[in-house]
Amino acid sequence: MSEYTKQIGAARKGVPEEATQELTMPQYLKKLATPFNIVAGIIVLVGLGLIVVRYTMGLGAVTSASQDQPWGLFLNIGLFSGVPLSASGFVLGTVVFIFGLKHYEPVVKNAVLLGFLGYLFAVIFLLIDLGRPWRLPYPMAVSFGTTSVLFLVAWHVALYLSCQFLEFVPSLFEWAGWKVLRRWTIKLTIGLTIFGIMLSTLHQSALGALFLLAPGKLHPLWYTPYLPVLFLNSAIAGGLCLVIFVTYLTRRFLKEQADAEYLASIDKITLGLGKGVSLVLITYFAVKIIALAHGNHWSLLNTTYGYWYLVEILGFVLLPGILFALGSRSKNVGLVQFTALLTIIGVVINRINVSLIALNWQLPEREFFDLREFLIVIGVITIEVLVYRWIVSHMPILRRHPDYENEHE
Amino acid sequence: MEKKLDVKTTNKCKPRSILSPDLSTVKISRRGFLKGNAALAGALLLWDALGEPAKGLAREINGWPDRYGMLTDLTRCFGCRICEKACNKANDLEPPATPFEDKSVFEEKRRVNAHTNETYTVVNRYADPKTGEPVYRKVQCNHCAEPACASACPVSALKKSPDGPVLYNENLCIGCRYCMTACPFYVPAFEYFDAGSPAIRKCSMCYTRRISKGEVPACASECPVEAITFGKRSELIKLAREKIVRNPDKYIDHIYGENEFGGTDWLYISGIAFEEMDFPSDTGTTPLPEFTREFLSAVPLVLVMWPALFGGVYLFSKNRSRTAEAGTENTKKEGNQS
Ligand code: SF4
Ligand code: SF4
Repeated sequence: MSEYTKQIGAARKGVPEEATQELTMPQYLKKLATPFNIVAGIIVLVGLGLIVVRYTMGLGAVTSASQDQPWGLFLNIGLFSGVPLSASGFVLGTVVFIFGLKHYEPVVKNAVLLGFLGYLFAVIFLLIDLGRPWRLPYPMAVSFGTTSVLFLVAWHVALYLSCQFLEFVPSLFEWAGWKVLRRWTIKLTIGLTIFGIMLSTLHQSALGALFLLAPGKLHPLWYTPYLPVLFLNSAIAGGLCLVIFVTYLTRRFLKEQADAEYLASIDKITLGLGKGVSLVLITYFAVKIIALAHGNHWSLLNTTYGYWYLVEILGFVLLPGILFALGSRSKNVGLVQFTALLTIIGVVINRINVSLIALNWQLPEREFFDLREFLIVIGVITIEVLVYRWIVSHMPILRRHPDYENEHE
Repeated sequence: MEKKLDVKTTNKCKPRSILSPDLSTVKISRRGFLKGNAALAGALLLWDALGEPAKGLAREINGWPDRYGMLTDLTRCFGCRICEKACNKANDLEPPATPFEDKSVFEEKRRVNAHTNETYTVVNRYADPKTGEPVYRKVQCNHCAEPACASACPVSALKKSPDGPVLYNENLCIGCRYCMTACPFYVPAFEYFDAGSPAIRKCSMCYTRRISKGEVPACASECPVEAITFGKRSELIKLAREKIVRNPDKYIDHIYGENEFGGTDWLYISGIAFEEMDFPSDTGTTPLPEFTREFLSAVPLVLVMWPALFGGVYLFSKNRSRTAEAGTENTKKEGNQS
């Protein structure tokens, strides 16, 4: 192990709160008051304030949701976009633990953490959006709507959240110093990963299958019997891209939390993952074209919805697919990282299209956007980022814990 | 014109593409892939314990020939809104913002709105495209034979009763609003401005308040011109057909709801094309729950096969890396010896 790792390890061992211990309160507060934190704090406060309004005056007071367009940004972004991007944990787990590609291991803990937080916050978004959030456990415990795809999603998200938590706890136990518990949970890794693949395959595709029920409401360019396959496919791309992009961010902003092994591995991992995503995106593009041909909807391309559809599949699927291939071939890490961001945006655009813009497209008047709703979404995502940063700054996510440095898993 | 064309295309292609997807064009064919492994299906007790989702509701529904329905004769309706008033009274709803006698509401196309919560039915005005005369459409839940809303509900708060009406149980509803996304007629309404106990609002055909007491639903009983008839659905279809046959000049030859989306228990006959009154026209005759059934029936197979598949890959790759490691160690030793 490098000298660098040891230094970090020694500095952190057993004293996770060293910042507060060494500084006096005013000093600590001053250290906290970075421009980033101040802006984040304001966004979070505004969001929380509006959430209070939502819980006291009803969903209608803070959203543009209407009788005809019942699902808004909370679900479009929090659930339909958040869940595919959080496929990071399951995809990287499969690559490393099942396929045995060990050189991706340095980023696995980070991918699992991102996945876990993504699901946790998807549930938080659900709690904001459900009319009666305190009944969240009803599909699990009180009444079973077995004909409902949403019933399946509810079960799977609940099970998978627990699964991801168990995958994440070894890092937590390392931080807390609970060695026995850690050893037990590490033993579960393979089982959890396979369980995670099962659950993820099903609920990622189920999110697409939700819309199969509304053939007359979803625009024919987006409605296809392949929706489940497409959703699963783009979730794999989204999860991989989130890992690529967040890995870039950690190297830029959280470098001091990482060990040399992690930092040194980033370039190679980025290029490798980029190559993988390129294949996934090209496949996705092909299925999209098959769906288009199969429905024989070519003539619809020459309409406003058609142009928007083309922007989506050319600009955010085909283009990144090509850029990934070019980037990984010419070993251009920066290009791959940029393309990952492009793909993440593409996944979000696709989910917003399917669950908002192309849905109910025949209604004469629709309202998509409410500033208050948007501010809540931004506020909650900011909380997620802060929680992520806190965990990465305290727990051994981007580094090995010194006690287990020489362990081979 | 262009828009309509689009709609037609979808209409034709969708049911076909769902029921017999051209699997030869796709690599990943769920069905073929899964069928080949039908032997594994025996192990599906896990899902069966929860109730089998793939069971065809259609067969059950056809087994309820005595279920009730309603028939609205749109040629008779003259927009008096007495049905709205009767609905309000029968269901103890909120007093209306504009009185039920006020005809100015026809300037807009209205829908059942849970925010004001005045009625579970509204009447809208359209113009006969030929004569320009006003025609009226009464809107409420159509009590589908195989309701998309009920199949969508994750907690079975919405249920089709064997008597016909699609009923809502507020005590189970979690407020996810998937029923609203699913309903092809934009019927269920949600109380967006209630933070404490927001509920879905929709017509129940007066099932608990009247039918179960042997009374006719309020709108049908109050309508002054008998535009709404309550009865056994099978009888209503006969009645509708008779009316059409007897007055071919008055009615178009179409009973809306007989086959739309696999059939609805609320039926309509009209003098002008139903599209002219915003009835969904791209309906097909496949009940909407069919469109998710195939997906749900693939679920147990994934649950059974994935562990075997990925467990196998794991063992394989582990084995391979062991052999590789052993190989490198051997070479090292050899190197040391020499
Ligand atoms: S019309 Fe809509 S709300 Fe009524 S039964 Fe059919 S799907 Fe359900
Ligand atoms: S809003 Fe209520 S009734 Fe509608 S699908 Fe959700 S739980 Fe069921």
